[in-house]
Amino acid sequence: MLRDITIGQYYPVDSKIHRLDPRVKILVSFMYLISLFIVEDIRVFGFVTIFLIGIIKMSKVPVNYILKGLKPIFLIIIFAFTINLFMTPGDPIFHYGILTITIQGVYQALFMVLRLVYLIIGTSLLTLTTSPIALTDGIEHLLTPYKRIGLPAHELAMMMTIALRFIPTLLEETDKIMKAQMARGADFESGNVFRRAKALIPLLVPLFISAFRRADELAMAMEARCYRGGENRTRMKVLKYEQRDLFAAVFFSGYMLVLIGMRFVL
Amino acid sequence: MSVIIEKLNHIYDKGTPYETKSLDDVTLEIKKGEFVAIIGHTGSGKSTLIQHLNGLIKPSSGKILVNEFDVTAEKAKMTDVRKKVGLVFQYPEYQLFEETIAKDIAFGPENLGLPSKQVEARVREAMALVGLDYDELGEKSPFELSGGQKRRVAIAGVLAMKPDVLILDEPTAGLDPKGRDEILMQIKALHAENKNTVILVSHSMEDVAKLAERLFVMNKGQLVLSGSPAEIFKEADYLEEIGLGVPQVVKLSNALKAKGVLIEKEIVTVEDAKEELMSLLRRK
Repeated sequence: MLRDITIGQYYPVDSKIHRLDPRVKILVSFMYLISLFIVEDIRVFGFVTIFLIGIIKMSKVPVNYILKGLKPIFLIIIFAFTINLFMTPGDPIFHYGILTITIQGVYQALFMVLRLVYLIIGTSLLTLTTSPIALTDGIEHLLTPYKRIGLPAHELAMMMTIALRFIPTLLEETDKIMKAQMARGADFESGNVFRRAKALIPLLVPLFISAFRRADELAMAMEARCYRGGENRTRMKVLKYEQRDLFAAVFFSGYMLVLIGMRFVL
Repeated sequence: MSVIIEKLNHIYDKGTPYETKSLDDVTLEIKKGEFVAIIGHTGSGKSTLIQHLNGLIKPSSGKILVNEFDVTAEKAKMTDVRKKVGLVFQYPEYQLFEETIAKDIAFGPENLGLPSKQVEARVREAMALVGLDYDELGEKSPFELSGGQKRRVAIAGVLAMKPDVLILDEPTAGLDPKGRDEILMQIKALHAENKNTVILVSHSMEDVAKLAERLFVMNKGQLVLSGSPAEIFKEADYLEEIGLGVPQVVKLSNALKAKGVLIEKEIVTVEDAKEELMSLLRRK
Protein backbone atom coordinates (compact mmCIF):
# COMPACT_ATOMS: atom_id res chain seq x y z
CA MET A 1 0.00 0.00 0.00
CA LEU A 2 2.92 2.32 0.69
CA ARG A 3 4.22 1.66 -2.77
CA ASP A 4 1.18 3.52 -4.03
CA ILE A 5 2.46 6.94 -3.00
CA THR A 6 3.66 8.56 -6.19
CA ILE A 7 3.98 12.18 -5.07
CA GLY A 8 7.55 13.30 -5.52
CA GLN A 9 8.51 10.17 -7.44
CA TYR A 10 10.34 10.12 -10.75
CA TYR A 11 8.97 8.02 -13.60
CA PRO A 12 11.94 7.03 -15.74
CA VAL A 13 10.96 7.05 -19.40
CA ASP A 14 12.22 9.16 -22.28
CA SER A 15 9.78 11.73 -23.60
CA LYS A 16 9.61 15.26 -24.94
CA ILE A 17 8.54 16.47 -21.51
CA HIS A 18 11.31 14.57 -19.75
CA ARG A 19 13.92 16.19 -21.97
CA LEU A 20 12.81 19.77 -21.28
CA ASP A 21 15.10 21.97 -19.24
CA PRO A 22 14.15 21.65 -15.55
CA ARG A 23 14.12 25.45 -15.16
CA VAL A 24 11.47 25.73 -17.84
CA LYS A 25 9.45 22.97 -16.26
CA ILE A 26 9.62 24.54 -12.81
CA LEU A 27 8.59 27.97 -14.08
CA VAL A 28 5.82 26.51 -16.21
CA SER A 29 4.52 24.43 -13.27
CA PHE A 30 4.58 27.51 -11.09
CA MET A 31 2.65 29.53 -13.66
CA TYR A 32 0.28 26.60 -14.10
CA LEU A 33 -0.53 26.72 -10.36
CA ILE A 34 -1.32 30.41 -10.70
CA SER A 35 -3.38 29.72 -13.81
CA LEU A 36 -5.66 27.42 -11.83
CA PHE A 37 -6.52 30.35 -9.61
CA ILE A 38 -7.26 32.58 -12.58
CA VAL A 39 -10.05 30.22 -13.58
CA GLU A 40 -13.39 31.45 -12.24
CA ASP A 41 -15.77 29.61 -14.50
CA ILE A 42 -16.11 25.84 -14.31
CA ARG A 43 -16.36 25.59 -18.12
CA VAL A 44 -12.78 26.85 -18.41
CA PHE A 45 -11.64 23.66 -16.67
CA GLY A 46 -12.67 21.90 -19.87
CA PHE A 47 -9.87 23.73 -21.61
CA VAL A 48 -7.43 22.99 -18.77
CA THR A 49 -8.40 19.30 -19.03
CA ILE A 50 -7.55 19.20 -22.73
CA PHE A 51 -4.25 20.91 -22.02
CA LEU A 52 -3.42 18.45 -19.20
CA ILE A 53 -4.36 15.39 -21.26
CA GLY A 54 -2.10 16.64 -24.03
CA ILE A 55 0.82 17.07 -21.66
CA ILE A 56 0.24 13.68 -20.02
CA LYS A 57 0.13 11.99 -23.44
CA MET A 58 3.40 13.67 -24.39
CA SER A 59 5.04 12.72 -21.09
CA LYS A 60 4.40 8.97 -21.67
CA VAL A 61 3.54 8.52 -17.98
CA PRO A 62 0.53 6.16 -17.70
CA VAL A 63 -2.63 7.97 -16.58
CA ASN A 64 -3.29 5.27 -13.95
CA TYR A 65 0.06 5.96 -12.40
CA ILE A 66 -0.71 9.66 -12.09
CA LEU A 67 -4.18 9.03 -10.71
CA LYS A 68 -2.69 6.73 -8.08
CA GLY A 69 -0.91 9.81 -6.77
CA LEU A 70 -4.30 11.24 -5.81
CA LYS A 71 -4.98 8.44 -3.35
CA PRO A 72 -3.17 9.96 -0.36
CA ILE A 73 -5.12 13.21 -0.68
CA PHE A 74 -8.43 11.47 -1.28
CA LEU A 75 -9.61 12.39 2.22
CA ILE A 76 -8.79 16.05 1.70
CA ILE A 77 -10.71 16.03 -1.58
CA ILE A 78 -13.75 14.47 0.07
CA PHE A 79 -13.49 16.98 2.91
CA ALA A 80 -13.31 19.96 0.56
CA PHE A 81 -16.22 18.61 -1.42
CA THR A 82 -18.49 18.09 1.60
CA ILE A 83 -17.70 21.42 3.23
CA ASN A 84 -18.41 23.33 0.02
CA LEU A 85 -21.48 21.27 -0.74
CA PHE A 86 -23.23 22.02 2.54
CA MET A 87 -21.78 25.37 3.55
CA THR A 88 -22.41 27.48 0.45
CA PRO A 89 -25.44 29.76 0.80
CA GLY A 90 -27.81 30.13 -2.15
CA ASP A 91 -30.91 28.53 -3.69
CA PRO A 92 -31.67 25.24 -1.88
CA ILE A 93 -32.34 22.17 -4.01
CA PHE A 94 -32.23 19.60 -1.23
CA HIS A 95 -33.12 19.87 2.42
CA TYR A 96 -32.82 17.36 5.27
CA GLY A 97 -32.68 18.36 8.94
CA ILE A 98 -29.91 20.91 9.33
CA LEU A 99 -28.35 19.88 6.02
CA THR A 100 -29.06 22.02 3.01
CA ILE A 101 -27.59 21.62 -0.44
CA THR A 102 -27.78 24.62 -2.70
CA ILE A 103 -27.24 24.78 -6.43
CA GLN A 104 -24.34 27.14 -5.80
CA GLY A 105 -22.99 24.57 -3.31
CA VAL A 106 -22.91 21.79 -5.89
CA TYR A 107 -21.17 24.10 -8.34
CA GLN A 108 -18.69 25.33 -5.75
CA ALA A 109 -17.93 21.79 -4.52
CA LEU A 110 -17.22 20.49 -8.03
CA PHE A 111 -15.16 23.56 -8.74
CA MET A 112 -12.98 23.11 -5.64
CA VAL A 113 -12.46 19.40 -6.26
CA LEU A 114 -11.40 20.04 -9.85
CA ARG A 115 -9.01 22.74 -8.73
CA LEU A 116 -7.47 20.50 -6.07
CA VAL A 117 -7.16 17.50 -8.37
CA TYR A 118 -5.59 19.58 -11.14
CA LEU A 119 -3.19 21.14 -8.67
CA ILE A 120 -1.93 17.72 -7.64
CA ILE A 121 -1.84 16.29 -11.16
CA GLY A 122 0.05 19.30 -12.52
CA THR A 123 2.64 19.36 -9.79
CA SER A 124 3.14 15.61 -9.75
CA LEU A 125 3.79 15.80 -13.50
CA LEU A 126 6.77 18.01 -12.69
CA THR A 127 8.33 15.48 -10.33
CA LEU A 128 7.29 12.49 -12.45
CA THR A 129 9.12 13.83 -15.50
CA THR A 130 12.11 15.46 -13.82
CA SER A 131 14.75 13.47 -11.98
CA PRO A 132 15.44 14.79 -8.47
CA ILE A 133 18.93 15.87 -9.47
CA ALA A 134 17.68 17.85 -12.47
CA LEU A 135 14.94 19.34 -10.34
CA THR A 136 17.30 20.67 -7.69
CA ASP A 137 19.75 21.84 -10.32
CA GLY A 138 16.93 23.85 -11.81
CA ILE A 139 15.85 25.27 -8.46
CA GLU A 140 19.39 26.22 -7.60
CA HIS A 141 19.80 28.07 -10.90
CA LEU A 142 16.52 29.87 -10.49
CA LEU A 143 17.43 30.95 -6.96
CA THR A 144 20.98 32.06 -7.77
CA PRO A 145 20.05 35.72 -8.40
CA TYR A 146 18.75 35.90 -4.82
CA LYS A 147 22.11 34.85 -3.41
CA ARG A 148 23.08 38.52 -3.29
CA ILE A 149 20.42 39.17 -0.70
CA GLY A 150 21.73 36.30 1.38
CA LEU A 151 19.57 33.40 0.19
CA PRO A 152 21.53 30.13 0.57
CA ALA A 153 20.49 28.81 -2.84
CA HIS A 154 22.85 25.87 -3.00
CA GLU A 155 22.11 24.72 0.53
CA LEU A 156 18.35 24.91 -0.05
CA ALA A 157 18.68 22.95 -3.25
CA MET A 158 20.86 20.35 -1.56
CA MET A 159 18.35 19.95 1.25
CA MET A 160 15.59 19.42 -1.28
CA THR A 161 17.58 16.82 -3.19
CA ILE A 162 18.24 14.92 -0.01
CA ALA A 163 14.62 15.13 1.10
CA LEU A 164 13.35 13.88 -2.27
CA ARG A 165 16.03 11.24 -2.43
CA PHE A 166 14.94 9.81 0.91
CA ILE A 167 11.21 9.56 0.25
CA PRO A 168 11.47 6.13 -1.37
CA THR A 169 14.10 4.98 1.12
CA LEU A 170 11.98 5.89 4.10
CA LEU A 171 8.89 4.38 2.52
CA GLU A 172 10.79 1.17 2.00
CA GLU A 173 12.00 1.31 5.58
CA THR A 174 8.46 1.91 6.84
CA ASP A 175 7.26 -1.05 4.83
CA LYS A 176 9.99 -3.24 6.27
CA ILE A 177 9.42 -2.26 9.90
CA MET A 178 5.67 -2.59 9.46
CA LYS A 179 6.11 -6.11 8.16
CA ALA A 180 8.54 -6.97 10.93
CA GLN A 181 6.06 -5.80 13.57
CA MET A 182 3.18 -7.50 11.80
CA ALA A 183 5.21 -10.70 11.93
CA ARG A 184 5.20 -10.17 15.70
CA GLY A 185 1.45 -9.88 15.68
CA ALA A 186 1.09 -6.08 15.48
CA ASP A 187 -2.19 -4.93 14.00
CA PHE A 188 -2.19 -1.57 12.21
CA GLU A 189 -5.58 -1.83 10.62
CA SER A 190 -8.28 -2.45 13.20
CA GLY A 191 -9.55 -0.74 16.34
CA ASN A 192 -10.62 2.83 17.02
CA VAL A 193 -8.54 5.96 16.43
CA PHE A 194 -6.94 5.79 19.87
CA ARG A 195 -5.92 2.16 19.48
CA ARG A 196 -4.61 2.76 16.01
CA ALA A 197 -2.51 5.70 17.11
CA LYS A 198 -1.05 3.56 19.87
CA ALA A 199 -0.36 0.79 17.39
CA LEU A 200 1.86 3.20 15.47
CA ILE A 201 4.44 3.46 18.27
CA PRO A 202 6.22 0.22 17.32
CA LEU A 203 6.47 1.63 13.81
CA LEU A 204 7.41 5.24 14.52
CA VAL A 205 10.12 4.68 17.13
CA PRO A 206 12.28 2.46 14.92
CA LEU A 207 11.56 4.69 11.95
CA PHE A 208 12.76 7.83 13.76
CA ILE A 209 15.86 6.07 14.98
CA SER A 210 16.67 4.87 11.50
CA ALA A 211 16.02 8.28 9.95
CA PHE A 212 18.51 9.86 12.37
CA ARG A 213 20.99 7.07 11.76
CA ARG A 214 20.71 7.57 8.02
CA ALA A 215 21.13 11.32 8.33
CA ASP A 216 24.22 10.79 10.43
CA GLU A 217 25.70 8.32 7.98
CA LEU A 218 24.97 10.58 5.03
CA ALA A 219 26.61 13.54 6.73
CA MET A 220 29.64 11.40 7.43
CA ALA A 221 29.81 10.17 3.84
CA MET A 222 29.55 13.72 2.48
CA GLU A 223 32.25 14.89 4.84
CA ALA A 224 34.48 11.98 3.84
CA ARG A 225 34.21 13.16 0.24
CA CYS A 226 35.09 16.71 1.23
CA TYR A 227 31.70 18.25 0.57
CA ARG A 228 31.77 21.90 1.58
CA GLY A 229 28.83 23.61 -0.05
CA GLY A 230 28.31 25.31 -3.36
CA GLU A 231 31.22 27.69 -3.71
CA ASN A 232 33.35 26.96 -6.77
CA ARG A 233 31.67 23.64 -7.41
CA THR A 234 31.47 22.76 -11.08
CA ARG A 235 28.83 20.48 -12.57
CA MET A 236 28.99 17.39 -14.65
CA LYS A 237 25.87 18.37 -16.56
CA VAL A 238 25.58 22.07 -17.27
CA LEU A 239 22.02 23.26 -17.89
CA LYS A 240 21.52 24.78 -21.31
CA TYR A 241 18.34 26.09 -22.93
CA GLU A 242 17.50 24.35 -26.20
CA GLN A 243 15.07 25.19 -28.94
CA ARG A 244 12.44 22.86 -27.50
CA ASP A 245 12.52 24.90 -24.28
CA LEU A 246 11.70 28.04 -26.21
CA PHE A 247 8.92 26.18 -27.95
CA ALA A 248 7.52 24.96 -24.63
CA ALA A 249 7.60 28.47 -23.21
CA VAL A 250 5.75 29.89 -26.22
CA PHE A 251 3.22 27.06 -26.13
CA PHE A 252 2.55 27.60 -22.45
CA SER A 253 2.26 31.37 -22.89
CA GLY A 254 -0.45 30.61 -25.42
CA TYR A 255 -2.28 28.53 -22.81
CA MET A 256 -2.02 31.36 -20.27
CA LEU A 257 -3.30 33.91 -22.78
CA VAL A 258 -6.30 31.74 -23.61
CA LEU A 259 -7.12 31.38 -19.91
CA ILE A 260 -6.87 35.11 -19.31
CA GLY A 261 -8.89 35.77 -22.44
CA MET A 262 -11.62 33.39 -21.29
CA ARG A 263 -11.86 35.27 -18.03
CA PHE A 264 -12.94 38.33 -19.94
CA VAL A 265 -15.19 36.54 -22.40
CA LEU A 266 -17.12 34.22 -20.08
CA MET B 1 4.31 -28.71 10.86
CA SER B 2 4.91 -29.35 7.22
CA VAL B 3 5.17 -26.52 4.76
CA ILE B 4 4.01 -27.07 1.21
CA ILE B 5 4.47 -24.46 -1.48
CA GLU B 6 2.74 -25.04 -4.78
CA LYS B 7 3.43 -23.15 -8.00
CA LEU B 8 3.99 -19.86 -6.27
CA ASN B 9 4.31 -16.77 -8.48
CA HIS B 10 4.84 -13.20 -7.46
CA ILE B 11 5.11 -10.08 -9.56
CA TYR B 12 6.17 -6.79 -8.01
CA ASP B 13 4.77 -3.43 -9.18
CA LYS B 14 2.61 -4.91 -11.89
CA GLY B 15 1.96 -2.46 -14.71
CA THR B 16 4.78 -0.01 -13.94
CA PRO B 17 8.24 0.24 -15.49
CA TYR B 18 9.56 -1.33 -12.30
CA GLU B 19 7.60 -4.53 -12.88
CA THR B 20 9.67 -7.57 -11.92
CA LYS B 21 8.80 -11.21 -11.62
CA SER B 22 10.33 -12.07 -8.28
CA LEU B 23 9.00 -15.59 -7.90
CA ASP B 24 8.55 -17.91 -10.83
CA ASP B 25 6.61 -21.14 -10.28
CA VAL B 26 8.23 -22.15 -7.01
CA THR B 27 7.16 -25.55 -5.70
CA LEU B 28 8.72 -27.15 -2.65
CA GLU B 29 7.91 -29.15 0.47
CA ILE B 30 9.44 -28.95 3.93
CA LYS B 31 8.74 -31.75 6.38
CA LYS B 32 7.85 -31.35 10.02
CA GLY B 33 10.85 -30.74 12.24
CA GLU B 34 13.24 -30.35 9.35
CA PHE B 35 16.07 -27.82 9.33
CA VAL B 36 16.31 -26.44 5.83
CA ALA B 37 18.09 -23.52 4.24
CA ILE B 38 17.16 -21.36 1.31
CA ILE B 39 20.16 -19.94 -0.47
CA GLY B 40 20.48 -17.58 -3.36
CA HIS B 41 22.24 -14.50 -4.57
CA THR B 42 20.92 -11.02 -3.70
CA GLY B 43 17.66 -10.50 -5.56
CA SER B 44 17.06 -14.20 -6.19
CA GLY B 45 13.65 -14.01 -4.53
CA LYS B 46 14.42 -15.73 -1.24
CA SER B 47 13.21 -12.88 0.96
CA THR B 48 10.04 -12.54 -1.10
CA LEU B 49 9.44 -16.26 -0.76
CA ILE B 50 9.63 -16.32 3.03
CA GLN B 51 7.41 -13.26 3.41
CA HIS B 52 4.72 -15.25 1.64
CA LEU B 53 5.00 -17.95 4.26
CA ASN B 54 3.43 -15.88 7.00
CA GLY B 55 1.05 -13.97 4.84
CA LEU B 56 2.89 -10.62 4.72
CA ILE B 57 2.80 -10.73 0.94
CA LYS B 58 0.00 -12.26 -1.06
CA PRO B 59 1.07 -14.28 -4.07
CA SER B 60 0.08 -13.37 -7.62
CA SER B 61 -0.84 -17.03 -8.01
CA GLY B 62 -0.14 -20.30 -6.24
CA LYS B 63 -0.76 -21.80 -2.86
CA ILE B 64 1.01 -22.26 0.46
CA LEU B 65 -0.10 -24.80 3.05
CA VAL B 66 1.36 -24.66 6.54
CA ASN B 67 0.26 -27.88 8.19
CA GLU B 68 -2.80 -28.05 5.94
CA PHE B 69 -3.71 -24.46 6.80
CA ASP B 70 -3.95 -22.34 3.65
CA VAL B 71 -1.93 -19.18 4.34
CA THR B 72 -2.75 -17.67 0.97
CA ALA B 73 -6.53 -17.94 1.35
CA GLU B 74 -8.43 -14.66 1.26
CA LYS B 75 -10.10 -15.36 4.60
CA ALA B 76 -7.09 -16.74 6.47
CA LYS B 77 -6.85 -15.12 9.89
CA MET B 78 -3.46 -13.49 10.04
CA THR B 79 -3.09 -13.85 13.81
CA ASP B 80 -3.43 -17.62 13.39
CA VAL B 81 -0.87 -17.62 10.61
CA ARG B 82 1.63 -15.63 12.64
CA LYS B 83 1.18 -17.88 15.65
CA LYS B 84 2.26 -20.77 13.45
CA VAL B 85 5.01 -19.12 11.44
CA GLY B 86 7.57 -16.86 13.14
CA LEU B 87 9.67 -14.69 10.89
CA VAL B 88 12.88 -12.99 11.95
CA PHE B 89 13.71 -10.32 9.40
CA GLN B 90 17.09 -9.27 8.14
CA TYR B 91 18.74 -6.84 10.57
CA PRO B 92 15.91 -7.41 13.07
CA GLU B 93 17.58 -5.11 15.62
CA TYR B 94 16.14 -2.14 13.71
CA GLN B 95 12.62 -3.08 14.77
CA LEU B 96 13.27 -2.69 18.53
CA PHE B 97 11.20 0.09 20.05
CA GLU B 98 10.37 -0.48 23.70
CA GLU B 99 11.90 1.12 26.78
CA THR B 100 13.14 -2.16 28.16
CA ILE B 101 14.33 -5.39 26.65
CA ALA B 102 11.73 -7.45 28.50
CA LYS B 103 8.90 -5.23 27.24
CA ASP B 104 10.17 -5.48 23.69
CA ILE B 105 10.30 -9.25 23.75
CA ALA B 106 6.83 -9.29 25.35
CA PHE B 107 5.35 -7.42 22.37
CA GLY B 108 4.77 -10.58 20.33
CA PRO B 109 3.24 -12.77 23.05
CA GLU B 110 1.06 -9.86 24.20
CA ASN B 111 -0.28 -9.48 20.68
CA LEU B 112 -1.23 -13.14 20.86
CA GLY B 113 -3.45 -12.22 23.80
CA LEU B 114 -1.67 -14.28 26.45
CA PRO B 115 -2.17 -13.48 30.16
CA SER B 116 0.65 -11.43 31.69
CA LYS B 117 1.97 -14.28 33.86
CA GLN B 118 2.45 -16.44 30.82
CA VAL B 119 3.96 -13.57 28.86
CA GLU B 120 6.61 -13.06 31.52
CA ALA B 121 7.41 -16.76 31.59
CA ARG B 122 7.82 -16.74 27.82
CA VAL B 123 10.06 -13.69 27.89
CA ARG B 124 12.34 -15.36 30.45
CA GLU B 125 12.43 -18.51 28.41
CA ALA B 126 13.12 -16.73 25.12
CA MET B 127 15.92 -14.66 26.64
CA ALA B 128 17.52 -17.80 28.06
CA LEU B 129 17.31 -19.44 24.62
CA VAL B 130 19.39 -16.68 23.02
CA GLY B 131 21.79 -16.50 25.94
CA LEU B 132 20.64 -13.30 27.61
CA ASP B 133 20.11 -13.03 31.36
CA TYR B 134 16.63 -11.81 32.26
CA ASP B 135 17.52 -10.54 35.74
CA GLU B 136 20.57 -8.68 34.52
CA LEU B 137 19.27 -7.23 31.24
CA GLY B 138 15.48 -7.43 31.37
CA GLU B 139 14.99 -3.88 32.65
CA LYS B 140 17.71 -2.30 30.48
CA SER B 141 17.01 -0.32 27.33
CA PRO B 142 17.59 -2.33 24.16
CA PHE B 143 19.39 0.67 22.69
CA GLU B 144 22.23 0.33 25.21
CA LEU B 145 23.24 -3.06 23.84
CA SER B 146 25.85 -3.96 21.24
CA GLY B 147 24.75 -4.87 17.71
CA GLY B 148 25.00 -8.62 18.29
CA GLN B 149 23.07 -8.45 21.54
CA LYS B 150 20.36 -6.28 19.99
CA ARG B 151 19.93 -8.91 17.33
CA ARG B 152 19.50 -11.59 19.98
CA VAL B 153 16.82 -9.52 21.67
CA ALA B 154 15.01 -9.24 18.34
CA ILE B 155 15.28 -12.98 17.72
CA ALA B 156 14.00 -13.64 21.25
CA GLY B 157 11.04 -11.41 20.40
CA VAL B 158 9.98 -13.92 17.76
CA LEU B 159 10.94 -17.01 19.76
CA ALA B 160 8.69 -15.83 22.60
CA MET B 161 5.74 -16.39 20.29
CA LYS B 162 6.72 -20.08 20.10
CA PRO B 163 6.12 -20.51 16.40
CA ASP B 164 5.97 -24.04 14.97
CA VAL B 165 7.89 -22.89 11.94
CA LEU B 166 10.77 -20.50 12.57
CA ILE B 167 12.15 -18.55 9.63
CA LEU B 168 15.35 -16.55 9.92
CA ASP B 169 16.36 -14.19 7.12
CA GLU B 170 20.14 -13.78 7.10
CA PRO B 171 20.40 -13.89 10.90
CA THR B 172 24.16 -13.43 10.82
CA ALA B 173 24.43 -10.58 8.31
CA GLY B 174 26.79 -7.89 9.50
CA LEU B 175 27.96 -9.73 12.62
CA ASP B 176 31.57 -10.45 13.51
CA PRO B 177 32.72 -14.11 13.20
CA LYS B 178 32.28 -14.75 16.93
CA GLY B 179 28.77 -13.30 17.02
CA ARG B 180 27.91 -15.23 13.89
CA ASP B 181 29.02 -18.58 15.30
CA GLU B 182 27.20 -17.94 18.56
CA ILE B 183 23.92 -17.14 16.89
CA LEU B 184 24.17 -20.12 14.54
CA MET B 185 24.99 -22.50 17.37
CA GLN B 186 22.05 -21.19 19.38
CA ILE B 187 19.73 -21.73 16.44
CA LYS B 188 21.06 -25.24 16.04
CA ALA B 189 20.64 -26.02 19.74
CA LEU B 190 17.16 -24.57 19.64
CA HIS B 191 16.18 -26.84 16.78
CA ALA B 192 17.66 -29.88 18.49
CA GLU B 193 15.72 -29.11 21.65
CA ASN B 194 12.32 -28.01 20.34
CA LYS B 195 12.17 -30.10 17.17
CA ASN B 196 10.41 -27.28 15.38
CA THR B 197 10.76 -26.62 11.69
CA VAL B 198 13.50 -24.11 10.93
CA ILE B 199 14.03 -22.31 7.65
CA LEU B 200 17.30 -20.43 7.39
CA VAL B 201 17.81 -17.94 4.60
CA SER B 202 21.40 -17.22 3.78
CA HIS B 203 23.89 -16.66 1.04
CA SER B 204 26.75 -18.10 3.03
CA MET B 205 27.41 -21.68 1.97
CA GLU B 206 29.69 -22.18 4.98
CA ASP B 207 26.83 -21.38 7.36
CA VAL B 208 24.20 -23.55 5.74
CA ALA B 209 26.55 -26.50 5.27
CA LYS B 210 27.07 -26.66 9.01
CA LEU B 211 23.39 -26.52 9.91
CA ALA B 212 20.85 -27.49 7.31
CA GLU B 213 19.64 -30.97 6.47
CA ARG B 214 18.34 -29.88 3.12
CA LEU B 215 19.06 -26.92 0.85
CA PHE B 216 16.94 -25.06 -1.65
CA VAL B 217 18.86 -22.97 -4.16
CA MET B 218 17.09 -19.99 -5.71
CA ASN B 219 18.16 -18.10 -8.79
CA LYS B 220 16.24 -15.26 -10.49
CA GLY B 221 12.99 -16.19 -8.79
CA GLN B 222 13.18 -19.86 -9.60
CA LEU B 223 13.96 -22.85 -7.45
CA VAL B 224 16.90 -24.34 -9.34
CA LEU B 225 18.30 -27.02 -7.02
CA SER B 226 17.17 -28.87 -3.92
CA GLY B 227 18.72 -31.67 -1.89
CA SER B 228 21.15 -32.43 0.92
CA PRO B 229 24.22 -30.20 1.21
CA ALA B 230 26.42 -33.00 -0.16
CA GLU B 231 24.18 -33.41 -3.21
CA ILE B 232 24.03 -29.69 -3.84
CA PHE B 233 27.76 -29.17 -3.51
CA LYS B 234 28.36 -31.68 -6.28
CA GLU B 235 27.10 -28.97 -8.62
CA ALA B 236 30.01 -26.71 -7.72
CA ASP B 237 30.39 -25.33 -11.25
CA TYR B 238 26.73 -24.42 -11.57
CA LEU B 239 26.72 -22.77 -8.15
CA GLU B 240 29.71 -20.67 -9.16
CA GLU B 241 27.86 -19.68 -12.29
CA ILE B 242 24.90 -18.27 -10.35
CA GLY B 243 27.23 -16.42 -8.02
CA LEU B 244 27.13 -18.70 -5.00
CA GLY B 245 30.09 -21.08 -4.93
CA VAL B 246 30.70 -23.90 -2.45
CA PRO B 247 32.41 -23.88 0.96
CA GLN B 248 36.20 -23.76 0.85
CA VAL B 249 36.52 -27.21 2.31
CA VAL B 250 34.33 -28.68 -0.45
CA LYS B 251 36.56 -26.96 -2.99
CA LEU B 252 39.54 -28.55 -1.29
CA SER B 253 38.07 -32.03 -1.36
CA ASN B 254 37.07 -31.64 -5.00
CA ALA B 255 40.60 -30.55 -5.84
CA LEU B 256 42.03 -33.55 -3.96
CA LYS B 257 39.68 -35.91 -5.79
CA ALA B 258 40.77 -34.44 -9.09
CA LYS B 259 44.37 -35.16 -8.09
CA GLY B 260 43.47 -38.79 -7.49
CA VAL B 261 43.28 -38.80 -3.69
CA LEU B 262 40.78 -41.43 -2.59
CA ILE B 263 38.13 -39.53 -0.70
CA GLU B 264 35.15 -41.75 -0.05
CA LYS B 265 32.95 -39.76 2.32
CA GLU B 266 30.82 -36.81 1.32
CA ILE B 267 32.59 -33.76 2.66
CA VAL B 268 30.47 -30.78 3.62
CA THR B 269 32.00 -29.27 6.73
CA VAL B 270 35.50 -28.80 8.09
CA GLU B 271 34.75 -31.55 10.64
CA ASP B 272 33.95 -34.03 7.86
CA ALA B 273 37.14 -33.15 6.08
CA LYS B 274 39.21 -33.53 9.24
CA GLU B 275 37.87 -37.02 9.96
CA GLU B 276 38.20 -38.21 6.39
CA LEU B 277 41.73 -36.92 6.00
CA MET B 278 42.77 -38.39 9.36
CA SER B 279 41.44 -41.81 8.42
CA LEU B 280 43.06 -41.52 5.01
CA LEU B 281 46.43 -40.86 6.63
CA ARG B 282 45.92 -43.74 9.04
CA ARG B 283 45.07 -46.12 6.24
CA LYS B 284 48.30 -45.34 4.50
